[in-house]
Amino acid sequence: MNEFPLFLNIPLAEWVDRFMDWVLVNFSVVFDTIGHVFLIMLLNIERFFLWVPWWVIVLFVGVLAWRVMQKWTMGVVMALLLMLIGSFGYWKLAMMTLALTTSAVVVSLAVGIPIGIFMAKSDLAETIIRPVLDAMQTMPSFVYLIPALMLFGLGKVPGLFATLIYAVPPVIRLTNVGIRQVSKDTIEAARAFGASPRQILFDVQIPLAIPSIMVGINQTTMMALAMVVIASMIGARGLGLEVLLAINRIEVGRGFEAGLCIVFLAIIIDRITNALATKQQKGLES
Amino acid sequence: MAYNNHADQTEEICLEVNGLWKIFGKKAQEILKSDLRFESKEAILEKTGNVMAVKNVSFSVARGEFFVIMGLSGSGKSTLIRMLLRLIDSTSGSICVNGEDILKYSKKRLMDFRRHTTGMVFQYFGLFPHRTVLDNVAYGLEVRGVSKAERLAKAQEAIETVGLKGWENYHPSALSGGMQQRVGIARALTIDPEILLMDEPFSGLDPLIRREMQDELIELQDRVQKTIIFVTHDLHEALKLGDRIAIMRDGKIVQIGVPEDVITSPVDDYVREFVQDASPAKVLTAGGIMDQPEALLYEWQGPKAALRTLRDIKEDYAFMVSRNHRRLIGLVTLKRLKAVIQNNGSFPEDAFEPDPPTTAPDVILEDLFPIAAEADYPIAVVDEDGRFVGEIQISSIFESMTQNKEVDTGE
Repeated sequence: MNEFPLFLNIPLAEWVDRFMDWVLVNFSVVFDTIGHVFLIMLLNIERFFLWVPWWVIVLFVGVLAWRVMQKWTMGVVMALLLMLIGSFGYWKLAMMTLALTTSAVVVSLAVGIPIGIFMAKSDLAETIIRPVLDAMQTMPSFVYLIPALMLFGLGKVPGLFATLIYAVPPVIRLTNVGIRQVSKDTIEAARAFGASPRQILFDVQIPLAIPSIMVGINQTTMMALAMVVIASMIGARGLGLEVLLAINRIEVGRGFEAGLCIVFLAIIIDRITNALATKQQKGLES
Repeated sequence: MAYNNHADQTEEICLEVNGLWKIFGKKAQEILKSDLRFESKEAILEKTGNVMAVKNVSFSVARGEFFVIMGLSGSGKSTLIRMLLRLIDSTSGSICVNGEDILKYSKKRLMDFRRHTTGMVFQYFGLFPHRTVLDNVAYGLEVRGVSKAERLAKAQEAIETVGLKGWENYHPSALSGGMQQRVGIARALTIDPEILLMDEPFSGLDPLIRREMQDELIELQDRVQKTIIFVTHDLHEALKLGDRIAIMRDGKIVQIGVPEDVITSPVDDYVREFVQDASPAKVLTAGGIMDQPEALLYEWQGPKAALRTLRDIKEDYAFMVSRNHRRLIGLVTLKRLKAVIQNNGSFPEDAFEPDPPTTAPDVILEDLFPIAAEADYPIAVVDEDGRFVGEIQISSIFESMTQNKEVDTGE
């Protein structure tokens, strides 16, 4: 007697399926084109990462970490972590993961920052976009794999697409917050001197929102890395695939190694982008 | 008491505000069209939820005038000054600058107006924290599209004008409050505006710095001769700086006048209460309290004629002035005059009191106290050309201190 009445049933799943079918039938050309463009970008970035000698990358990361964190020890630690990945034998896979992450971050920023600005400028946009962002972040990340797979087939491009959806909310949110936080007095002063809305945006609001946007970039990057690993399930090669294979074959050692490499990558990216964000914040305060 | 809202007709009018209203809220137009608009701020708020911020304000300001708008917080003064460059839109009325109604400007024309005609200084400075002092000061010209070299040169000039040389490459956060406001003033001066709008620029500063900045502003105004609209809640500041003062209450201007008028004839209880604490000693000037002596001595008169004059007016002194231009020559006292006549001394030299006290018409009472304390005879008021314009009895200094007020604060 505790059955939920059938007549109240909403066949949402069916509708979504039908919608996806409709999209596929009518817009496959569009998605093929987008997919192709993304693929070319991805392949070039990946080729670049694989072309640069490993020691150049290690050196670059070491110096970058040293410069942004103002501590040479941090530079050494970061360089060593990257070396370890190579020592485990995962250099190539790590570079593929890094390439996909980088691509996803670039696209996320290109999409996310303008949306964040738009959201900050319009209260209506904020009311509409905010719940969408909430949904995007709470939805289990695996769910994104299915439409990505349907639209772009197997491989890197659906991986990029799924990563984009999962990773873009933080940068949108923090761009919005950053711009809205700019003090009214400062904006009023710019207006009083005859600044146009465009000048106010570029001269005052965006520069003052940079620290917040940097925090958003840091979070987006971390989420992109996490999702890239999951995206290996639909054929995006890289460290994630190793973990997946290890699970399938119950190879604990292999899984641990690959997992550790992902952790190292995460630490390196997080520390560097985080240091950049705090540096921006301090730059504004001093 | 009737008062004149408008600047001296003989001077060129720079800004003229007529029947200006501002009501915050959705029913603004409705309220304006109904009799509700005559009701008090509180009544309107209660009945409609809207806030009457500026109520039928009219005034005009002459070119080069220092016009102060004074009121307590919530009196609408900050709203009013923002309406003058449309940072806040008016509900109704007109604001004419050089004869053009800025409320009719298009967005583009308005931006142009803000870029060229007005410069504003804010209570909380409103500086750009991500820019150096130099780039902050150059911002007005940058918005206008002036080339980098030119705008930095002009900014440098303005920075030197406000005494911040050497601080160009610091960020505002490295500066003290007073210095930050100098940056704010420099930023407004850089664009060489016709009208300088200042919204409580010194309220956030500690008293010592505030006084210093006020003095510097007076000095600066002497040099640049801008039309200044200055908002403050501080009566002393208003009296010190303003050529004329408008006192606002509940969105209305309740009195406009020169500082002396406001102090000596407050228009209602509100203003009276406001000026209660103001020391007349800081406001009233020698010119304002001086009298004309009953008789003067002229340089061609002989000692006998002089003695006759003194006897006629029953005084023991009289000022001697020149034939042309009433130039003050000296103070003849009865005692010395008698001595001259008895001893056949030389006249008028020997009849003069040595070092008679004199003062200028614009000296405030406070500065007369030390002179008055030393003086045995009335103080002569002499203008900048050396002309005798009046005399001040020592007693009248103290009378004028107490006359206009029920309580003397003794400040």
